[in-house]
Amino acid sequence: MLRRTLLTSVLALASLGLVAPATAQDGPLRIEITDGVIEPMPFAIVAFDEGGAGEFREQVRSLVAADLTGTGLFREIPANAHIARPDSFSAPVSYEDWKAINAQALVTVGVSSQGGKVVVKFRLFDVFSGQPLGDGMQFDASSGNWRRAAHKAADQVYARLTGEGPYFDSRVAFVQESGPKDARRKRIGIMDYDGANTRWMTDDSALVLAPRFSPDGNRVLYTSYASGFPRVMLMDVNSMSSRSMGEQPGTMSFSPRFSPDGRWIVFSLEQGGNTDIYQMDAGSGAMRALTNAPSIETSPSYSPDGSKIVFESDRSGKPQLYVMGASGGEPTRISFGDGSYGTPVWSPRGDMIAFTRKVGGKFHIGVMRTDGSEEKMLTESFLDEGPTWAPNGRVVMFTRVTPGGDGQPRLHSVDITGRNMRPVQVQGAASDPSWGPLLP
Amino acid sequence: MDKVMNKYVKFAAIGAIIAVSACSRPAGQGPAVTDPYGSGNAGAGVGGVGVGGLNSPEYFRSTIGDTVLFPLDQSTLTPEARQTLTGQAGWLNQNLGYSTVIEGHADEQGTREYNIALGARRASSVQEYLISQGVAANRIRTVSYGKERPLAICSTEECYTKNRRAVTAVSPGAGS
Repeated sequence: MLRRTLLTSVLALASLGLVAPATAQDGPLRIEITDGVIEPMPFAIVAFDEGGAGEFREQVRSLVAADLTGTGLFREIPANAHIARPDSFSAPVSYEDWKAINAQALVTVGVSSQGGKVVVKFRLFDVFSGQPLGDGMQFDASSGNWRRAAHKAADQVYARLTGEGPYFDSRVAFVQESGPKDARRKRIGIMDYDGANTRWMTDDSALVLAPRFSPDGNRVLYTSYASGFPRVMLMDVNSMSSRSMGEQPGTMSFSPRFSPDGRWIVFSLEQGGNTDIYQMDAGSGAMRALTNAPSIETSPSYSPDGSKIVFESDRSGKPQLYVMGASGGEPTRISFGDGSYGTPVWSPRGDMIAFTRKVGGKFHIGVMRTDGSEEKMLTESFLDEGPTWAPNGRVVMFTRVTPGGDGQPRLHSVDITGRNMRPVQVQGAASDPSWGPLLP
Repeated sequence: MDKVMNKYVKFAAIGAIIAVSACSRPAGQGPAVTDPYGSGNAGAGVGGVGVGGLNSPEYFRSTIGDTVLFPLDQSTLTPEARQTLTGQAGWLNQNLGYSTVIEGHADEQGTREYNIALGARRASSVQEYLISQGVAANRIRTVSYGKERPLAICSTEECYTKNRRAVTAVSPGAGS
């Protein structure tokens, strides 16, 4: 579907930028995601029609630019401020002209289209050191997938300039909400990370909650009231067929998540008013309890190595966060602040846990180290909840609900320093995002 | 306490309307009923009620009260809730042709998943109480809607109070 190739013609040149010793002064151009207030890095982007591109040329250019500026780390220098006017993708770079407008990075994009395919290639230049930054690359996609090719190019630029993993070419499962607050209708959709290309996965005839992507993005767990009772359902993304998991009469099941290898599902099972965490074999459906306490245990999430599970429990009186081994056992409490904590989610990098915290009548999305240290609130509002990590572990998306009878949920994202809070462009009200993996 | 009082006043008014409309029906079709539900539901003790009267789900819903309320983060039954549930149990023990689903709910001040578990606790508290009052366990199922189905939609305590609830929904059927 999507093919990538190195632009071998620039390979020799490109490597120069990367072998330079990584000292502060002489290293490759780099913007770091740190807690400090940063000025977005100014960059210029120019796109060329490499044959038959038509409207794709500008569409690709503007999407690559939108991906980069959307991180809050980069600022695009508008084309009308450019001095250099290169006439082709292979034209030599006039570094002095780009320096003159203070473009620190230059992205050149070549777009061509033929026979239902779009080819996007790019090069990245460190303007002030006068060198390419990494190899040029090329991505092929069907015309309908042109956005993916653009996201792939932007991902490469982002990764080279930040040193972080890519995340633009990814999808988000979410719930679209409609109707009045006391009779909400909900359906599950899957969209590109930026809100484009939404595909509806369920209708709104039954209440559905909290879709959760499998690690490979091919399956989605969710909770449905189609039977009249909350049940964990497993959907195949391609066929859109769903089946009920672990059905046990007289119980409710909800809050499911996959293990990192996709073999296991952890979820909450309610029986006689008590909710515990269970683990189920995603293939056979065989299940067993991981907790056995009279308190509420819910919202389990695996560590990326699959060895631990973080979850929420009110065994201390108020909901707090705990970590236990993947096969159960005595948990360790990791949250100790005032108020209550919930919906913990382990970062795909393994280094942090994002969560919802309610304190002082406000809700926050926060992050902490996996031992509970370095807790930091990223957001504050009437009601923020349900963080989900970008594939690179640098951005979280969550639900923000506005108060009142006409209050609506919207998806927002924020980076882990608490900067660059922004709404995700979804049509209508939306909640319960689940960020899927980086697409292949 | 004012809110609780208002509730009973409202129930009393509805009870009176049922009683009045019941008078237009031929007497003697329904069983003779004395008020088994205590003094909290004034107006319920009218005898000679026909179809749509004391044995109707409407009577259960409106006059006995199908809803009990819970304090913030709690699932234990208040004295008011027990009183209402005693009335519910009495009705269910007299109307064996009905089974129930108890719906537990929470206000919006919690995460979606915790609130489902909390609503389940509340529904279960009601279930246990009804069973303790002699209602057969196989006539009662529970479901939790968490914060998905608020009764009142404002975002203040006035509405939250009404949303922290368990609703006993009755429907024809002898249970499972």
